[in-house]
Amino acid sequence: MPRMNAAQRHVVDFTLNGRNVRAQAENRMLLSDLLRHEIGLTGTHVGCEHGVCGACTVQIDGKPARACLTLAQQVRGSDVRTVEALSPDPAELSPLQAAFRRHYGLQCGFCTPGILMSLDALLREQPDAGMEDIREHLSGHLCRCTGYATIVEAALSAAEEQRKEEIPNA
Amino acid sequence: MKPASFDFLCPETLEETLAALAEGGSEARVIAGGQSLVPMLNMRLARPALLVDIMRLAPLRQIETSGDEIVVGAGVRQAELEAWPNLSRDLPLLAAAFPWLGHVQTRARGTVCGSVAHADPSAELPLSLVTLGGTVGLRSRKQKRKVAADDFFIGMMATDLAEGEMIEAVHFPKARPGTGYAFREIGRRHGDFAIVACAAVADDSGLRLGIAGVDDRPRVFPLPGLDDDQFNDAINDIAWSLNARDDIHASARYRRELVRNLGCETLKEASRCRA
Repeated sequence: MPRMNAAQRHVVDFTLNGRNVRAQAENRMLLSDLLRHEIGLTGTHVGCEHGVCGACTVQIDGKPARACLTLAQQVRGSDVRTVEALSPDPAELSPLQAAFRRHYGLQCGFCTPGILMSLDALLREQPDAGMEDIREHLSGHLCRCTGYATIVEAALSAAEEQRKEEIPNA
Repeated sequence: MKPASFDFLCPETLEETLAALAEGGSEARVIAGGQSLVPMLNMRLARPALLVDIMRLAPLRQIETSGDEIVVGAGVRQAELEAWPNLSRDLPLLAAAFPWLGHVQTRARGTVCGSVAHADPSAELPLSLVTLGGTVGLRSRKQKRKVAADDFFIGMMATDLAEGEMIEAVHFPKARPGTGYAFREIGRRHGDFAIVACAAVADDSGLRLGIAGVDDRPRVFPLPGLDDDQFNDAINDIAWSLNARDDIHASARYRRELVRNLGCETLKEASRCRA
């Protein structure tokens, strides 16, 4: 692959929320800015832009990752999922999102998209995730409204609901 | 908080990578997971003219056992080593250190060698490598060399890496039977950089204590046995020999106190773990 010039925009092909996407990005463009400014998916929020707050967390190849610490060029060929993919229908909430609503797991909502993407990945990989796993995943996120307790409750409730669905007779 | 512009190269072969690094000299940087480098780019503390992405080089993405060493290639992500099935058997010190190392979200992308290259004085992986007596495998177009980790870290985010050179792999000595390992850390939260982190190894030849977060690089010290009369004096001497500084997180005095207490606890745990 030839050296990509700093002054030009270059093609980035990747999968975004299940669809093939061809975008254009300067080398210096962050994935968070590609998603928001070029593609128009503003659900991914940008807080600190140096990897501390976790608001920009998306899933790259199924794993939660910071969009602000990823260059757009680094996701070439990857599978990226953002908060927009959680619910198939814009008028409905996913079970995890619904649990956040039920348990008051958000107030201002700025940190929520990132937290949802981390917890969604956790509950998919570890359906039996408990309090400790949830707190471990939340440690990569800052929330200044809730004090985290309601977020943990929402996550535990979503995990329980998911387990009930998987084993109908349990 | 946006990177300055740079050229980007995503080579398919190691030869191409090394040629680009040789040509780019001090203006070229390797990018792997980007979890240490991209914050530096965003804050414009680093402004390279060229970034060379090594994550498409399959040979660098392997964890291999070679004799009494575990060789972790430059493209191995931290989460991959964390999930390596032999971790707790062959690298128990790392198994104990991983929960402290960044967050799930950064371990998913960040590489083991990237953390070593970044050389933050409070980082867990450089501390573990130094304490175990590991080595860093370096490669340039002209030569291949191995440097003891203790000689590789030369100061605050400063290493022995030369222009045109890259880390090809880090080499961790495999755990030996009858040796105890322990890791402890004090930080504000799991995943934050350590205020003080301690790693300890206990074997027939005695005790070894590694300390991060105090001096400008991870440091390792041999110590007499725990019941030795001189133990407390020895660990106190170590605390004072480190160049502790005050910062927003902790005072130098508190850091020295942590070296004495946490250091002692870590050494005791390593001694207990000798099986």
